[in-house]
Amino acid sequence: METYTALRQFADSWALLAMTLFFAGVILFTLRPGSKSHANEAAQIPLKED
Amino acid sequence: MNYPLETAALVIGTFLALLGAAYAHDTLFAAHMWVLFLTLGISSIVMLRRVSFAPAGAPRPVAAKTEYFDDVIKYGTIATVFWGVVGFLVGVVVALQLAFPDLNIEPWLNFGRTRPLHTSAVIFAFGGNALIATSFYVVQRTCRARLFGGNLGWFVFWGYQLFIVMAATGYLLGITQGKEYAEPEWYVDIWLTIVWVAYLVVFLGTIFMRKEPHIYVANWFYLAFIVTIAMLHIVNNLAVPVSFLGIKSYSAFAGVQDALTQWWYGHNAVGFFLTAGFLGMMYYFIPKQVNRPVYSYRLSIIHFWALIFMYIWAGPHHLHYTALPDWAQTLGMVFSIMLWMPSWGGMINGLMTLSGAWDRIRTDPIVRMMVMAVAFYGMATFEGPMMSVKAVNSLSHYTDWTIGHVHSGALGWNGMITFGAIYFLVPKLWNRKRLYSLQLVNWHFWLATLGIVLYAAVMWVAGIQQGLMWREYDDQGFLVYSFAESVAAMFPYYLLRAIGGLMFLAGALLMAFNVTMTILGHERQERTPGVAPAGLQPAE
Repeated sequence: METYTALRQFADSWALLAMTLFFAGVILFTLRPGSKSHANEAAQIPLKED
Repeated sequence: MNYPLETAALVIGTFLALLGAAYAHDTLFAAHMWVLFLTLGISSIVMLRRVSFAPAGAPRPVAAKTEYFDDVIKYGTIATVFWGVVGFLVGVVVALQLAFPDLNIEPWLNFGRTRPLHTSAVIFAFGGNALIATSFYVVQRTCRARLFGGNLGWFVFWGYQLFIVMAATGYLLGITQGKEYAEPEWYVDIWLTIVWVAYLVVFLGTIFMRKEPHIYVANWFYLAFIVTIAMLHIVNNLAVPVSFLGIKSYSAFAGVQDALTQWWYGHNAVGFFLTAGFLGMMYYFIPKQVNRPVYSYRLSIIHFWALIFMYIWAGPHHLHYTALPDWAQTLGMVFSIMLWMPSWGGMINGLMTLSGAWDRIRTDPIVRMMVMAVAFYGMATFEGPMMSVKAVNSLSHYTDWTIGHVHSGALGWNGMITFGAIYFLVPKLWNRKRLYSLQLVNWHFWLATLGIVLYAAVMWVAGIQQGLMWREYDDQGFLVYSFAESVAAMFPYYLLRAIGGLMFLAGALLMAFNVTMTILGHERQERTPGVAPAGLQPAE
């Protein structure tokens, strides 16, 4: 198979799936139960000093 | 402090520039090498004059190692203000050149050369210096670590200024590779790549050495900006030079591939340089100025991932109705529309950070500036996806509507958030109690805001009129207007646009004065907004 065609088929099948899953995973991880207190702590970082 | 290696490198660089001028393949390259020779030569002389020749073994004055490396940020802040004024001034000049073609002074100050001078001065010189300076400030504070790499920070700053000088003089000489926002030729591109890698090392190194366990979200945005710009810059500038001592190079891509690569670069320069980097500013300086944490930290994380996952696909919307395959155009359009969500999520997050402190908009002109910046972020990111819809684009493309859109984003969002950050930084960096004058900030705010509103509103009318004139057919199928007629019809709008730009420039001049006086340690006696003047008694 031609390199372009092979890469193209990989890009719009497995690579697309992997990116979508990673993206969905990141969103779910951010919104997981219990993340709120970590997030609130992290939000205080700029206010800690000077 | 002596810099023997750095000075030696400057002297060698000066000599190489001289050789480049002597053996140049074409006259433009020779001229450009003379510019480089002069720049590096003057820098060498300055460095040599600063060497302290203490006898061997004698104690040398050693600069105290402070907690944070702030000197380079001070230089960066001043450079931001300076290049801002220069860039806005050139903008007013090019606006007037469009209204009055006689102002095109051949050959160096033609619109074709001053226009990239304006865009690069505001985006890369003003915006780039603002991003470098604020990223150095934010990464040190939020990591609680000194900037990594010691003098590498200085190299990033001065190397970047050299890039600006070489790019700007190149445009005026007529050296360009004809790619929008990527005009500098191959040798200037290589220099920027070196500087950018050093920037990445400094930034990432600081993050690695951090004492704060969590990496604050502003640093994510800054890092995404640095990494993506490196990738975009390298890929879009892949080119083969005709001669190693000549200006001309040929792109590695041809035809529509080249066009798509260019707009993949061009749109993500907007997405990552003008959006992600400046969002880093928003997520640090707004919480600092109102002294409240960001409204929702989790929303800021989602904002980050959604933005970087979607922006990278939006470039094809610059090539609607061209030789680019239809599916690619539609893809660009769809991703542009999806960008509404993260953009507005981020805008709401920035604005809601003020919840419980809304009175600060009335009492603090710096907060007002930042809020106006976020509001313009929201408006520009609403308008952009709308213009990427093919049907809208068929009317708006190639008209002044696009220019209006870009300026509401660039002046409103990038300009205002940078001004806010500068007003926050200057008293902190120079250990002043407050700014020289808050009333001048207020004046700056209104001049800038009204200037942008005038600019954008005029360009909407101009653009839609242009688009309608171009597509107006009579009942026999002939075009009603010649192109020249649509140009002539633009005159009043171009004049009004120049006035809007002039107001924005006037505001920036006030900022330059205010910042200078603050650095010099002056404080203007004035009534603080929102606070009753002393001596007044409340009515019983």
